[in-house]
Amino acid sequence: MRELSLNVLDIAQNSIAAGATLITIRVTEESAADRLSITVEDNGRGMSPEQLQKVRDPFYTTRTTRKVGMGIPLFRMAAEMTGGSLDIRSELGQGTTVMAVFTLSHIDRMPLGDIQGTVTALIRLNPQLDFRYIQTVDGASFELDTRKLREILGDVPLNQPDVMEWIGGYLRENLEPLRSQA
Amino acid sequence: MKTIAELQAIRDKAREKMAVREGDSDNIRVIVGMATCGIAAGARPVLNAFVDEVAKRHLNNVTVTQTGCIGMCQFEPIVEVLVPGKEKVTYGKVTPEKVAKIITDHLVNGSPVAEYTVGNLMK
Ligand SMILES: Nc1ncnc2c1ncn2[C@@H]1O[C@H](COP(=O)(O)OP(=O)(O)OP(=O)(O)O)[C@@H](O)[C@H]1O
Ligand SMILES: [Mg+2]
Repeated sequence: MRELSLNVLDIAQNSIAAGATLITIRVTEESAADRLSITVEDNGRGMSPEQLQKVRDPFYTTRTTRKVGMGIPLFRMAAEMTGGSLDIRSELGQGTTVMAVFTLSHIDRMPLGDIQGTVTALIRLNPQLDFRYIQTVDGASFELDTRKLREILGDVPLNQPDVMEWIGGYLRENLEPLRSQA
Repeated sequence: MKTIAELQAIRDKAREKMAVREGDSDNIRVIVGMATCGIAAGARPVLNAFVDEVAKRHLNNVTVTQTGCIGMCQFEPIVEVLVPGKEKVTYGKVTPEKVAKIITDHLVNGSPVAEYTVGNLMK
């Protein structure tokens, strides 16, 4: 993956596959600590301690179409390359949180890239699910919560083209002033 | 600025359109592979190209959805097109540049783009 936002899109797919109805993505940048952290939290079916142990081994998968799982190992590698780490917490029936920490200024840190494209792709493809996207840059933050949008939209789906266009613009306008270095 | 008031206006307009559209039975589905293999190969820009183009041309009978890995990772990004009453067509190694032709030839005019299909790529 050439952009961390693509890893985010991919890790969120695990949440969707696990039957999550709410997925929260947080991107937090702290220049003083030289740290970038990305978490994907879901309320999906979660994993047992045994399963979680296996996921910590590379290439574990419950897929039937191929023998290896790549998503988590790739995200872990992207974090470890920068002197960071990846941690997963999960509870059966409760949900899962994947947390990756990066050294912000490390030369091997992939750029965050088009995170807006990731968030809009997730909403477009899964209008029946709810997403929260929270980006924080040195204490200043912006949050998008599709549950709030739904309150306004009522029976109009989130993936209605004009609604999606609005969401894209809303994200762009609100993320830009954060002046992310990631 | 994108305001909440604007979103409310979009909602009201969309409701009018929805009322007109009711009873659509000729719904075409475009399914984009969104597993790690697909995303790494470039599924995100392909998906966004489909959605933008479908919206631009007001193709109200087309829905774009996602699927996981279908076991042909070497051909990702993979896009399946399901037209009611027709056999499923699977496109491989799709790029944003190929999207316009698939939409014009296949979704609008009903003739699949043979050269972009996985079957053709395997030859
Ligand atoms: N959020 C989650 N909730 C429940 N189970 C999960 C979650 N994330 C990962 N898993 C489990 O961990 C396995 C490994 O995930 P990983 O993303 O590495 O590979 P994959 O999703 O199986 O395949 P790929 O990502 O290559 O398409 C999954 O198959 C699934 O069983
Ligand atoms: Mg995965």
